[in-house]
Amino acid sequence: MNAMRRFLLYGQSQRLYSRGFSAASWDPLHVCVVGSGPAGFYTAEKMLKAHEGAEVDIIDRLPTPFGLVRSGVAPDHPETKIVVNQFSRVASHDRCSFFGNVSLGSSVSLSELRQAYDVVVLAYGSESDRSLGIPGEDLKGVYSARELVWWYNGHPDYRDMAPELCNSDTAVVLGQGNVALDIARILLRPISELETTDIADHALDSLRKSTIRNVYLVGRRGPVQAACTAKELREILGMKNLNVHINEADLATSPLDEEEMKNNRIRKRVYELLTKAAKSPLGDNSTGMRNLHFVFFRKPIKFISEDNSTVGSVHLEKTVLKEIGSSGKQVAVGTGEIEDIKCGLVLKSIGYKSLPIDGLPFDNDRGVVPNVKGRVLTSADQMDTKTEQGLYVVGWLKRGPTGIVGTNLYCAEETVASILEDVKNGKLIPASKPGRKGLQQILEEKGVKFVPFSGWERIDLKEKMAGQLKNKPREKITNWNDLLQVAIG
Amino acid sequence: MFSRISRLGCRILNETRVAQNSVTKRSISRSSDQNRFLNPMTRFFFSTDTNTSDKAQSDGNQSNETISVTFVDKDGEEKHIKVPIGMSMLEAAHENDIELEGACEGSLACSTCHVIVMDVDHYNKLGDPTDEENDMLDLAFGLTETSRLGCQVIAKPELDGLRLALPAATRNFAVDGFVPKPH
Repeated sequence: MNAMRRFLLYGQSQRLYSRGFSAASWDPLHVCVVGSGPAGFYTAEKMLKAHEGAEVDIIDRLPTPFGLVRSGVAPDHPETKIVVNQFSRVASHDRCSFFGNVSLGSSVSLSELRQAYDVVVLAYGSESDRSLGIPGEDLKGVYSARELVWWYNGHPDYRDMAPELCNSDTAVVLGQGNVALDIARILLRPISELETTDIADHALDSLRKSTIRNVYLVGRRGPVQAACTAKELREILGMKNLNVHINEADLATSPLDEEEMKNNRIRKRVYELLTKAAKSPLGDNSTGMRNLHFVFFRKPIKFISEDNSTVGSVHLEKTVLKEIGSSGKQVAVGTGEIEDIKCGLVLKSIGYKSLPIDGLPFDNDRGVVPNVKGRVLTSADQMDTKTEQGLYVVGWLKRGPTGIVGTNLYCAEETVASILEDVKNGKLIPASKPGRKGLQQILEEKGVKFVPFSGWERIDLKEKMAGQLKNKPREKITNWNDLLQVAIG
Repeated sequence: MFSRISRLGCRILNETRVAQNSVTKRSISRSSDQNRFLNPMTRFFFSTDTNTSDKAQSDGNQSNETISVTFVDKDGEEKHIKVPIGMSMLEAAHENDIELEGACEGSLACSTCHVIVMDVDHYNKLGDPTDEENDMLDLAFGLTETSRLGCQVIAKPELDGLRLALPAATRNFAVDGFVPKPH
């Protein structure tokens, strides 16, 4: 009977579940993954595959799953979102359940989760930002990249952001990573090209009225250190009706730069692309022509406002590169020479940051939960090696906010390996906790209306159908109440 | 001389015929460049020696339809499979339950189907990677001199006996060469 059932389940679930590891135990293991982005889903997938008794519940504070795949990947990058097909198969697995609209902290506390589950894996990423800590950061028109990205991707927390797109023709983006390029692209793309993407409606409306025609991408260091990667750079350099301005003088390299490129294929190819772009002739400034400027060796020191309310320009200090000891790594050092860029919009794209929560040790410097191979340490004190039983971390919360979707594959592998090792060594006692039933009880007692995966499927269907009417892959629902109404009505 | 040409011609005809059949059930992982390349060939070739061509044809249908490919996982375990001409290695892996990730399902938007070609001769028989593939290979973990994306390696007769290694996960997760401060 057991063999027959397994055979039928094999047919149902996708191919990747056909093999179990010989060391797997059949005792149920109750696992809760907090966060349903790539880190959470890859962890759930590997857990389910490696341990045939594992029951995995994935919780997310949003009614919609998939984390930054839905709210971070740019609307004009639909191929990067294809991975949700794989994640959907995981969520539909027999031993997996999704609980949307369940927030760690308000719907359920960390200690409640640890009492209900044998294993709790925190995968809630980085929902805050690094700050510059310079004057004027609070002015209107100065936002973090994360906020603008959430806004144009229809995140329900930011639908009413109303960024200043109409008070000047220039935006300054601080940072030259892929997120900075995403923002520049969305601000500079012809509207017709955005109209057929899954960009949020309110963003499309604002961008239609936007007066932004020039974007400056400002980096503290040089082209060799620019954090973007070749695909994204190639894409933006190839945009029609876009003049790309790069100062050839900025392309001069030092021996340390050459060494950096020799050891790093990504840096080398990015540098080559920038060099090629710098040498290309510019088109005339006819109507419809937009401008992208790569500005190197400048760090922001102040935001200036004419009216004491909205930003009017950025004060930048010229920098030079200096080596740290003999590490080969170079940092930007100010020279005292100041420059101004007039602008009405500033986007800080200098890095995300994780949020600490009550009862969780946190490394404020690095903005991560202190851990060893995904096992959460009891304290951030480097001398203390004691770990928290049954508590693990994966993704940006573990490594810091770097990498791509696929980076989480290996990260999840490491964390799951730690969990399995702990199970094998008796550090966790499986089936001693109520698991899913425990969570459902807590949610019922608190009156939390969670969204099951089928609820997301209803949202998904409605968005796709609404999108069809407008020649978009989907028309995102961006209002909290509407999302819940459609999901669990 | 003529018979050699006609045998070659028949082999190409067979490949295009088989490939065209496989094309209809192909998924997005199939490179569209291949389609454009294969179709014109059928108009150009004809055989003059019918005896040899018939024999070549019947032989061709059996031996040229699939190639042997071996996948070696990170623990050294080998799996031998047969891959129809025209199918990508990613698709072949999935059809044979080999654990090759394919997050973007063959759209050149990720590097999760990264494979290492174990024989340099076979690697050299592959066409050069496009800029788009190189952009994705930049981000692959455990990149080697003979690394390729599995969704871009398409089975053809010269690759018979192909051995592909699945890369071991590395501890260095950084995309941009950033070395994390020791903690």
